[in-house]
Amino acid sequence: MSKKSKGAVKSFIESTYLFIIFLFLYLPVVVLMVYSFNASKSRGSWGGFSLKWYGELFSDSALLSAFYYTVIIAIISSLVACVIGTAASFGINAFRKKSVRAMINTVTNIPVVSPDIVTGVALMILFVAVKIPRGFTTMLLSHITFNIPYVILSVMPKIGQLDKNIYEAALDLGAKPFFAFRKVIIPQILPGIINGLLLSFTMSIDDFIISFFTTGNGVSNLSIYVYSMAKRGLNPKINALSTIMFIVVICLLFIVNKRTSKDKSKNVLFS
Amino acid sequence: MFKKYLVYPHLFWMLVFVLVPILLVLVYSFETTGLNGEAIFTLENYQKLVDANYLNIFIRSVYLAVISSIICLALGYPISVILANREKRTGKSGLVWIFILPMWMNMLLRTYSWLTILEKNGILNNLLELLNLPQVNILYTSGAVVLGMVYNFLPFMILPIYSVLIKIDNSIIEAAEDLGANSFTVFSKVTLPLSIPGVVSGVTMVFLPAVTTFIISKLLGGGHYMLIGNLIENQFLVADNWNFGSAISILMMVLILLSMAITNVFEKDTSTEKKGGKK
Repeated sequence: MSKKSKGAVKSFIESTYLFIIFLFLYLPVVVLMVYSFNASKSRGSWGGFSLKWYGELFSDSALLSAFYYTVIIAIISSLVACVIGTAASFGINAFRKKSVRAMINTVTNIPVVSPDIVTGVALMILFVAVKIPRGFTTMLLSHITFNIPYVILSVMPKIGQLDKNIYEAALDLGAKPFFAFRKVIIPQILPGIINGLLLSFTMSIDDFIISFFTTGNGVSNLSIYVYSMAKRGLNPKINALSTIMFIVVICLLFIVNKRTSKDKSKNVLFS
Repeated sequence: MFKKYLVYPHLFWMLVFVLVPILLVLVYSFETTGLNGEAIFTLENYQKLVDANYLNIFIRSVYLAVISSIICLALGYPISVILANREKRTGKSGLVWIFILPMWMNMLLRTYSWLTILEKNGILNNLLELLNLPQVNILYTSGAVVLGMVYNFLPFMILPIYSVLIKIDNSIIEAAEDLGANSFTVFSKVTLPLSIPGVVSGVTMVFLPAVTTFIISKLLGGGHYMLIGNLIENQFLVADNWNFGSAISILMMVLILLSMAITNVFEKDTSTEKKGGKK
């Protein structure tokens, strides 16, 4: 076999393999989406194409309330985490001693490395111990807790890359510190902040376990709603809602990817 | 601008919502409720951990997580290699995102979707019937649990290995080729050793969520397959034995910290490598 045709065979095998794994990863997603257009309610049978679940979505109060809590908690928790996390990133950089920074980083990493279920039960024990009734507030506090580290992980590298000379040049040119901060520092670290914001937003939206242990009083997010319905059989309405949400998230991620590939640090999400 | 006090809100938050709760779990794990409802110091929660019933659950969790990690590695490593090679050849990135994207659909729903595919009159069996092939009934077996784990955590394996492979300097590979190495030697002597850090972090990133999961085993194992995660949930929400649940949580934390320590050793290796290799 010539070298060229050998390369073609290799490339064909590679593509086939990628495609099989692609199918494996997307099959459940596609099934879920297809069933959102199923006229029949049961999972097993296909009753023809219909958009009725998309219509009925907006009259299901339990589902809408779960959606509302999911989104509102994701928004508030990612914003609060963003403020605390960004401030902390500046603060950590003020410490010159390596050991102190290492200690702070270790503390920051605890929520990232501990299993969700342990974080969940630990927070539940805390809320029970201080007698805060579990519900919206406790779930929000928990989400802020697991979001802060992701913001710090996104912002810290950006602060490391900061060029302090530009800030000092601005001061030399007569800018007030706050003005210089706003006009010089913020634009430089903004990609990191936005990354942290979007990352914590998606973490919050997708969370099940921690929310499951820290909520109560009938406050549930979409994951909890899905979990509680799973035993009785899921309603196609949830498929319809997830299809919409997945498409929204893909658009969001597309924006993040565009931003991060511009500044060449696209793996900040995972490293 | 770089003021130390800026870190205080964060440290305060971590103290109240991370360190104190973990401390509470630790305290709970050493307590039992006495006759009058008072807390008594005890070690019995930890003694209970070695009870054969529970030991079986721990072994099963670790076993299923190990199997899943191995399968993820076997499936994921070639993908990472192919993706990294293609990106290096064409200069186009983004293909890897296709393999990460499904993670952004609600995990419960995606896992639940496998029920539709695998169940007795599900999509898979209908397809097999159409092709006159024998039916498969793997739902509610350990096979289904492993499938769910591999499905959910495969992206966690692909990404770190891919990130390491993409950073390997092509000139090293070219140098090996110039020196007469064939493609197998290049792989076993250059690519594979350089990708080990990625493999290690990939394996931990699959193993950790797999060993602690309770949703996958609950949905796809149908409750027959109790894993550590299910046991903890059960102790807190059903059996109402928070002390024992806390002891299991502490055990789990220790397991996690141990595997993190192992990973750290490898990560240190790469960070020194990076420093030395930077031009």
